[in-house]
Amino acid sequence: MTTESPIVRLTDLRLDRGGRSVLSGINLSVPRGAIVAVLGPSGSGKSTLLSALTGELAPAAGRVEVFGREVPRRSRELLELRKGIGVLLQGNGLLTDLTAAENVALPLRAHTRLPNPLIRRLVLMKLHAVGLGAAADVFPRELSGGMARRVALARALALDPPLMIYDEPLTGLDPIASGVVMSLVRRLNDTLGLTSIVVTHHVHETLPVADHAIVIANGGIVFSGTPAELERSDDPLVRQFLRGEPDGPIGFDAAPRQSEVA
Amino acid sequence: MPFIAATRSLGRAGLFSLSVLRASKPSLDLFRELVREIYKIGARSLPIIAVGGAFVGLSVTLLGYRALDTYGAANQVSAMLGLGLYRELGPVLTALLFIGRAGSSIAAELGLMRATDQITALGLMAIDPVGKAVAPRFWAAVLCVPLLTAFFCSLAICASYFESVHVIGLEAGTFWQVLKDSVDFYDDFLMAFVKSAVFGATAALVAAYVGYHAEPTIEGTSVATTRAVVNASLLVLMFNFVMSAFLFK
Repeated sequence: MTTESPIVRLTDLRLDRGGRSVLSGINLSVPRGAIVAVLGPSGSGKSTLLSALTGELAPAAGRVEVFGREVPRRSRELLELRKGIGVLLQGNGLLTDLTAAENVALPLRAHTRLPNPLIRRLVLMKLHAVGLGAAADVFPRELSGGMARRVALARALALDPPLMIYDEPLTGLDPIASGVVMSLVRRLNDTLGLTSIVVTHHVHETLPVADHAIVIANGGIVFSGTPAELERSDDPLVRQFLRGEPDGPIGFDAAPRQSEVA
Repeated sequence: MPFIAATRSLGRAGLFSLSVLRASKPSLDLFRELVREIYKIGARSLPIIAVGGAFVGLSVTLLGYRALDTYGAANQVSAMLGLGLYRELGPVLTALLFIGRAGSSIAAELGLMRATDQITALGLMAIDPVGKAVAPRFWAAVLCVPLLTAFFCSLAICASYFESVHVIGLEAGTFWQVLKDSVDFYDDFLMAFVKSAVFGATAALVAAYVGYHAEPTIEGTSVATTRAVVNASLLVLMFNFVMSAFLFK
């Protein structure tokens, strides 16, 4: 970690969805070069927090600052900001009618004026970086879950963004694929000088590569510290989450999301 | 209140249409996508348009011959076919077949793109999802439906010629001469193209709007597909009446 100004700063943040407060009183600083794990049970508001970072959801109160300035509301400025953020979505979001290489080339074609041979070379470099150099001309439907996740990772890295956000990167992956993806997160973060925010509920796979961890539950941050401090925490809520116990301060029955109610 | 909800929905659809036009900046990427969509929704629609056109030509010829023969005007069957085809049947039936074949696929594709995070991913890559996913489909429909209408009418006339001359026994020369005399190049032929372009735009916008805003679930995609076909078909029939009332004297 460095002493430079944080790449992401959340101040007294409150986020609402469907007229209901999902998160409140959120204060967080993400230092440059760090991997921050945002942990919490399903439905705790982790993805809502991610939406605020990418400008998809406006805060009900408080501030969200990325790269030292508040996340803009105007679409043109927001698009400019997003060029500096790579997002790996839970569902990958790969365009199914394009090959792996064409998917990775998508942001390069949209935002640069590089000639085709150079784009092809950059795409192959990105695919090599995630260990999929041989899968350039394969369509997403022909890839396994882990391979598709890595193609999506290569695409998120295409524009060399200084900030990477991973939304549930391990969902649906077997233990080996999970290990590969998490070691890639660490390696890419260190070699490319990135800052990474990993939003997940896969505690045991994520903590070994994280520099800092926060736990979200019951509408707020209930823990913030290093992974070692998290392991040592005797907070009953944190203990319940880490050990996966059904009984404790975190209720098993959560309110349904707004879209499911409608 | 249903009226307020309908007004709001109409307003949203209008803004969506404007965003499609705004996102249609000429570029190599748009051109590449456009060619792909023309093949998918235009070229691949040719077989059903051909079959549809041929059977409509056969049916109208049979109906026209029976009605006109009563008055000793069986030779005028190609006039009835030509006017009916270019003014009404060609543009409307082509648009309806297009909606069933391509409109439903536009809605389903966009609905699935929504359900599988592809639209969200485009937005997060700072790529306008409307420009990338909707604009090429819209322009492909605007370009393809007039051409498909021309193809539909050609097949209908060929089928009618075969039936009139080789089955019923009318004079081949009379068939073509009456057809040529009754169909005006500007008032009938070109107006059919104008109507078709409007119907293509309507079909694509309705299908894209409901698909793009579908609930991100399998059921949401299915609902969007049904809604696209029903709403676009009804709008085409309504627009056809309005345009016929103003365009044809």
